[in-house]
Amino acid sequence: MTTTYRTCPRSGLQFESQAEKLMIANAVTAVVFLLIGGILAIGVVLTRWPAIHWLAADTFYQVLTAHGIDMLIFWIIFFEVAILYFCASTLLRCRIAAPNFAWAAFALMLIGAVMNNVAVFQGGSSVMMTSYVPMMAAPSFYAGLILFAVGALIACFVFFGTLVIAKRDKTYQGSVPLVTFGAITAAIIAVFTITSGAIILIPTFLMSIGWVKEIDALVYRTIWWAFGHSSQQINVAAHISVWYLVAAVAFGAKPMSERVSRVAFLLYILFLQLASAHHLLADPGLSTAWKVVNTSYFMYFAVLASMIHGLTIPGAMEVSQRQKGYTKGLFEWLRKAPWSNPTFSGVFISLIGFGFLGGISGVMMGTEQLNMIIHNTIYVPGHFHATVVIGTTLTFMALTYYLIPVLFRREMILPKLAMWQPYLFGFSMYFFCLVMMGAGTLGVSRRHWDMAFNGAALAYEWPGAAYLLMALVGIGGIAAIAGGAIYIVVTVGSLLLGKRLDSGVTNPSFTAIPRTAPSLAVQTTGSMGFAAPGTFMLAMVFLLAFILYYFINWKYLSTLWGLS
Amino acid sequence: MSAILPPAERLWIRHPIDRVEGTWIAIALVWCLVMFAMMVGWHVWGKQNLSTETYRTTPEKFSAKTQAMVDKYTVRTETADKIPVVAPPPGSDVYLIARLWNFWPILELEKGQTYRLHLTAMDYNHGFSLQPANINIQVVPGFEHVVTVTPNQAGTYSVVCNEYCGINHHTMVSRLYVK
Repeated sequence: MTTTYRTCPRSGLQFESQAEKLMIANAVTAVVFLLIGGILAIGVVLTRWPAIHWLAADTFYQVLTAHGIDMLIFWIIFFEVAILYFCASTLLRCRIAAPNFAWAAFALMLIGAVMNNVAVFQGGSSVMMTSYVPMMAAPSFYAGLILFAVGALIACFVFFGTLVIAKRDKTYQGSVPLVTFGAITAAIIAVFTITSGAIILIPTFLMSIGWVKEIDALVYRTIWWAFGHSSQQINVAAHISVWYLVAAVAFGAKPMSERVSRVAFLLYILFLQLASAHHLLADPGLSTAWKVVNTSYFMYFAVLASMIHGLTIPGAMEVSQRQKGYTKGLFEWLRKAPWSNPTFSGVFISLIGFGFLGGISGVMMGTEQLNMIIHNTIYVPGHFHATVVIGTTLTFMALTYYLIPVLFRREMILPKLAMWQPYLFGFSMYFFCLVMMGAGTLGVSRRHWDMAFNGAALAYEWPGAAYLLMALVGIGGIAAIAGGAIYIVVTVGSLLLGKRLDSGVTNPSFTAIPRTAPSLAVQTTGSMGFAAPGTFMLAMVFLLAFILYYFINWKYLSTLWGLS
Repeated sequence: MSAILPPAERLWIRHPIDRVEGTWIAIALVWCLVMFAMMVGWHVWGKQNLSTETYRTTPEKFSAKTQAMVDKYTVRTETADKIPVVAPPPGSDVYLIARLWNFWPILELEKGQTYRLHLTAMDYNHGFSLQPANINIQVVPGFEHVVTVTPNQAGTYSVVCNEYCGINHHTMVSRLYVK
């Protein structure tokens, strides 16, 4: 097949034309779903804001179902497919494997996503993203998800095939770049995830058309979460890869240690899958040993991996900044970072929020006993908005700002607005997550239309603080939605109205990546020194916050009823 | 070199580790092991551990057991629906049905006494969220979960369903008394 390779004059990256079109198609579709999910978010927050309580109950549950699926699955996975193609074809400078299959995958994903959305908006499929049996949705709800999953699986195999082509055509020597390595991690997790999804959604689809009589409610929960939670682990692996990518392009930073970062990714492959247990800690029927081993990723090895990435990424930025001469004190490197570049600021706000808010709260919920004071409260969405929105979505937004001139070849419109966007979106999400966790600590339920229990004879009166916190959730949510709207305006506006930029030189064949000369540090074994003291200090602050909050929760738990 | 380029050395596993990284990995690993030990240790020394005692059940079987308890220990009824308030003796088996969209019956327990609380859902998944104590347990249809509870404070508690169960989910809330 004939194809061409374009070398971008702004980044030096080489884009193969088929891969480039596929990346654009997947990324643009992703943003469309983000837009839909964002509009739905207005309905969710304005209904949960007790003083406004906007939508009727049936509309609220419908909107909440669609918001969850559009954001967590369609927006993120479409974007991740674009990232996978980027990490294989662009970073390895090779053609994409089987572009026809990649287009078929795209078509299946799109058809599936539309079919699922139509099912939800027709009503009768307001079953939430989790669709726990025996509550049933329309057959097309499940069929849409299954088509989407098959498409995503094909996309993963196109990615693996592209790696094979790069190896065969010798477009690079030695090992793949770290970012590609992280993307491989994400794709391996994705294959496991999608397979779990198929195992449970296919029989559920058959149940919805009447071919299967019954699916055990607990078996459904166990297997569904091997899909539902693992799909969030794809995001973690993907957005951490993007963090490394941004550290490289914004600072020219190189990883502190290839060995440490790659082993941390390997820990993800080995242990992240166990996390479906997080959702089953308050369930009957599963043994304590199973819960403890799985919920802790077998002794917290995946948490360890995240704590490693959380240090090595800012650490790499610090080392690079110090080499540029920003060596004063512990934090000059950070003060002099490019804070007006939304690609950098977005990633840094994402990294801090993901660690402090998402990471710490995740370990709390994932602790077998502590889960009892959190399970199904609004603390849970507080946690996962910190991981998935502050972590993944904000990172993908930051990456988009980098890709507009590079991949889309457009000059960004409204650069001032774009500069502020990560701050508005990121910090209002910080606030949103914190107040949600606060309300959850007071027990407020998630997925609940009316905290006043209108119409119930024995209504419970939540404390006034819970009402206040839920009002703050509404305010924080609206501010975050405004931040998201700016992202949409800037990106879509740039694509449509931005000045066209020079495409660069086009060649009929690829230019292999030149071999990098081994650096001095590598030739000498042993320690490089204490290269990133500022980052180490930040890590200590993180650890202190983690330890304090961890034991505060145990203290709270110890005051409860005796349970055994 | 850079994270977007292949590493200079073919064997990345030989890349040296900086002391910042090495120290942090050691500290983080210790913390991970502490957290793991805490979770296991609480089963030995802690007083709040969720039981895993579970039996398969059917709505008919569970209803019959609940009805027997209600027939024996009802002390009064509440609300227009005449929901029985049941005060079973300390140490006994108590049953609570979760169904669309109520809990049945209302339990009245004694402070400092231990009960075997049996939970099941008749139809969809439901949630047992005891407020304001904030104890949250998943209630799954087809399974009878036996949780041993020892209330440590007297008062009027609410039981809120916190698993989405349909259009009237928000009306699924009940009481639980501790004397």
